Amino acid sequence: MNLSLLILLPLLTALLILLSKNLAQIRVIGLAGSLAQLGAAGWLLKLFMDQRAAGNTATYLFETNTVWFKALNINYHIGIDGIALAMILLSALVVVAGILVSWTMEKLSKEYFFLLVLLSMGAYGFFISLDLFTLFFFLEVAVIPKFLLIGIWGSGKKENSAMKLALMLMAGSALVFVGLMGIYYNTHSFDMVQIGQMGISLGVQKFFFPFLFLGFGIFAALFPFHTWVPDGHASAPTAASMFLAGISMKLGGYGCLRMAALMPDAAHSYSWIIILLATIAIIYGAFATMMQTDLKYINAYSSISHCGFVILGIGMLNKTSINGAVIQMVSHGLMTALFFAAIGMIYSRTHTRMVAQLGGLLKVMPFISTVFVIAGLCSLGLPGFSGFVAEMTVFMGAWQNPDGVYRIATVISAASIVVTAVYILRATGKTIMGPISDEHALLGDATWNEKFAAGLLIVGILIIGLAPFLINQLIMPATDFLMINIDKAITLK
Amino acid sequence: MLSNIFILLRQELILSLLIFLLLFIKIGKERSNETVLNLINILLFVNLAAGLFGMSEGVAFNGMFTTNAFIVLEKNILNLAILLISMQSYAWLKHHKQVAEFYLLIFTSLLGMFFMISSGNLLMFYLGLEMSTIPLAAAANFDLAKRKSSEAAMKLILSSAFSSGILLMGISFLYGTSGTLSFDVLTAHIGNDPMQLFAFILLVSGFAFKISAVPFHLWTADVYEGSPVAVTAFLSVVSKAAVLFTFTSILYKVFTPIATVWYGVLVLLSVATILIGNLFAIRQDNFKRFLAFSSIAQVGFILIGISGSSQSGSASLVYFVLIYVFSNLAAFGVVTVVSALTGKENISDFKGFYKTNPFLSWVLTIALFSLAGVPPTAGFFGKLFLMMAGAAKENYGLITFAALNMVISFFYYLKVVKAIFMEENEQPIQKLSVPGITKLAMYICIAGIIITGLASMVYDYIYSLSIGL
Repeated sequence: MNLSLLILLPLLTALLILLSKNLAQIRVIGLAGSLAQLGAAGWLLKLFMDQRAAGNTATYLFETNTVWFKALNINYHIGIDGIALAMILLSALVVVAGILVSWTMEKLSKEYFFLLVLLSMGAYGFFISLDLFTLFFFLEVAVIPKFLLIGIWGSGKKENSAMKLALMLMAGSALVFVGLMGIYYNTHSFDMVQIGQMGISLGVQKFFFPFLFLGFGIFAALFPFHTWVPDGHASAPTAASMFLAGISMKLGGYGCLRMAALMPDAAHSYSWIIILLATIAIIYGAFATMMQTDLKYINAYSSISHCGFVILGIGMLNKTSINGAVIQMVSHGLMTALFFAAIGMIYSRTHTRMVAQLGGLLKVMPFISTVFVIAGLCSLGLPGFSGFVAEMTVFMGAWQNPDGVYRIATVISAASIVVTAVYILRATGKTIMGPISDEHALLGDATWNEKFAAGLLIVGILIIGLAPFLINQLIMPATDFLMINIDKAITLK
Repeated sequence: MLSNIFILLRQELILSLLIFLLLFIKIGKERSNETVLNLINILLFVNLAAGLFGMSEGVAFNGMFTTNAFIVLEKNILNLAILLISMQSYAWLKHHKQVAEFYLLIFTSLLGMFFMISSGNLLMFYLGLEMSTIPLAAAANFDLAKRKSSEAAMKLILSSAFSSGILLMGISFLYGTSGTLSFDVLTAHIGNDPMQLFAFILLVSGFAFKISAVPFHLWTADVYEGSPVAVTAFLSVVSKAAVLFTFTSILYKVFTPIATVWYGVLVLLSVATILIGNLFAIRQDNFKRFLAFSSIAQVGFILIGISGSSQSGSASLVYFVLIYVFSNLAAFGVVTVVSALTGKENISDFKGFYKTNPFLSWVLTIALFSLAGVPPTAGFFGKLFLMMAGAAKENYGLITFAALNMVISFFYYLKVVKAIFMEENEQPIQKLSVPGITKLAMYICIAGIIITGLASMVYDYIYSLSIGL
């Protein structure tokens, strides 16, 4: 299968949306387009597993390499390994769910769906890129739709949040750009595969790794550059929140992981800083969530904490921890999207997101409340859901690191789960249990599209939670390849 | 021999023909503005098309005038810009009393630029420069009833005269130390002689005036604000581009022996230019002043590109200018239409613009994104390639500075987008009917913004032409 299909499908959908005449058409095209993406992603999964089963051990499958800017040695080089494929599947699921929950969006609906689809295109392009320039290109493609989505359709102090998000992400990509220049002028290539084989000299790695890691880290809400996350997520319309937390933040995590594999020596020597920042993010995110009274802020701050686990897993630089980081990315993507979807459903009915003003929702909206509980339980890492598998794997990997400081970081991070349990249980308890206020007593439950959206995400969460070997089977070969590169650095020392 | 000159000077000769034609139109019988404008636009299109055919390389007038494929391309870009500006000024010129004169001035100025770009001798260069500047000052005064317009013209002519004086002084010092004005001969005589370095600094100052690099930018905002929007567009795109082309070729051709000196000078200039341009652009409310300062910042990025290696430097410069023509003219096009039909020129007037004018809003937004350098617009590639060319010197401090300044510039471009899409306005600009020809120009700009970047052959073509310069 030609991977460019993953870019062309959204592009085609976006163009058709522009040409469509009324809301009904826009919705149908949007849904059909996103389902086609999901279908393509699923088909890709099947082909990928077939290839692997047939004994194809190449690092990247479905590779295509076309010259783009010949003079500058920029190539349109695409290909996927298991990690990228996991991200693509996650994106496809979240996109369908996002389109479904925006079914009732009527304000400037054409522009809205157009931007949503454009955002998903950026994400797919990012995940399939093997060329650093195209990677960077798609990373930035995804920024503008976010700005417009939050600024136009958002709520609260939306303009400020949109501006803050856009500027911080652009600052992140500015840092990434400087790092890319450093790599380019030392290796004369943008090709990740090629650079990985050639290796980068130690001095260059040490100088430019911080640029790249921090740059991508801003996208992944790395402490102390996480400040765009709460405002951005809270102000965004539901589907945009889902895309932001479910897909966009994963661009950062994925980028960090690739950079660590590309510059393993630097990653090793800076790993203590990475782990320190990740631990702070985990603890800080968890405690900050405790103080929140707005459901969206609760989820946004908890995202900082959860994305901290991704960075922690990457920083530990061993096979299990990196596996954990990848699973955590997928799991967090699904779980957060589900959480935001549930919050959006509640908000569209009650017109409030303040925990204090809600209560007893289980009585009137059993489906939405159940979804809410599932998202919450997944977030606090209950066995059976994906969150448990992911966090468990990260901790197991982290514990393998015998160094004392790393052990302490692991213990502290693991302890944060208790805090998570506190805020999740408190928020769910207050929102769905207890007496219901009169004005909420007559509200209805989820509509078909909302049920479908939530169902999709829950299925994803349960598959990872109940049959973790499936996702392990998918990503394990990819992490093996990454580890070859990363371990090479250790042996060199 | 004579036919040879006809081929070499083909673009200049066509333009001169157009100028004479305009004179005849003027003294001929009275015609409606629409007829004249349509005729001129067709002629400009022919002018552009004629330039595209047949690349010629050669030297005329004893080395005074040189041309090659790269220079022809540069002139074609300017031709394209003139055509777009003309199409977009339709609404403004339709009710103007002196249409023919306006084009006379603009064409004469363009002719001067052509000679300047092709110059192989400092004398020719100076003549071309003056020929391009003086008509512009008159054109800046073309909002005949507005005092601000006359003020702008006055400021332009005074500051231009001043900078020309500085340039002339530099040129005379160079002549005094080397005894020649011809580029080819001059190179051999350039060294670390203090007099020559002084002459070089004077020369760069003169250029910096024309491209409004900081600290020689003070005239820019006032002149841009006062002039009619079409002239502002001309000043900020065409005139800057022409001077930059010439500046680059003189740097690479003549001053190669003191490359380290000019590298330092360019770095200083670009850092100051980007920073000041950005910081002042944030605070502007008048759209023309805003674009003035943002274009100052853009020049700073161009200087970074030029400071790199000569081949990718000149290729990325021409590439960026081509993109800049599309993006800046799309932005100016919208401002021209709005200003001509409503008289409003402030960014705050654009609040809620999307509700009433979705088409113009998208054009403006895409143009601003391209200026900011956001993919998938061409501006992204243009700016990145400039910075890549600059990074060839492996001065990563400069690149980091520039990259972070892209974020600042992002802020003010997004502020306009925010006003258009997200803010409410009690008296929004009413629905405007855009003339068809202007719409066409905008479509061309948008197509250019999208295609020039993604279609890599444009850059590869420019790069291939820049080899061996």
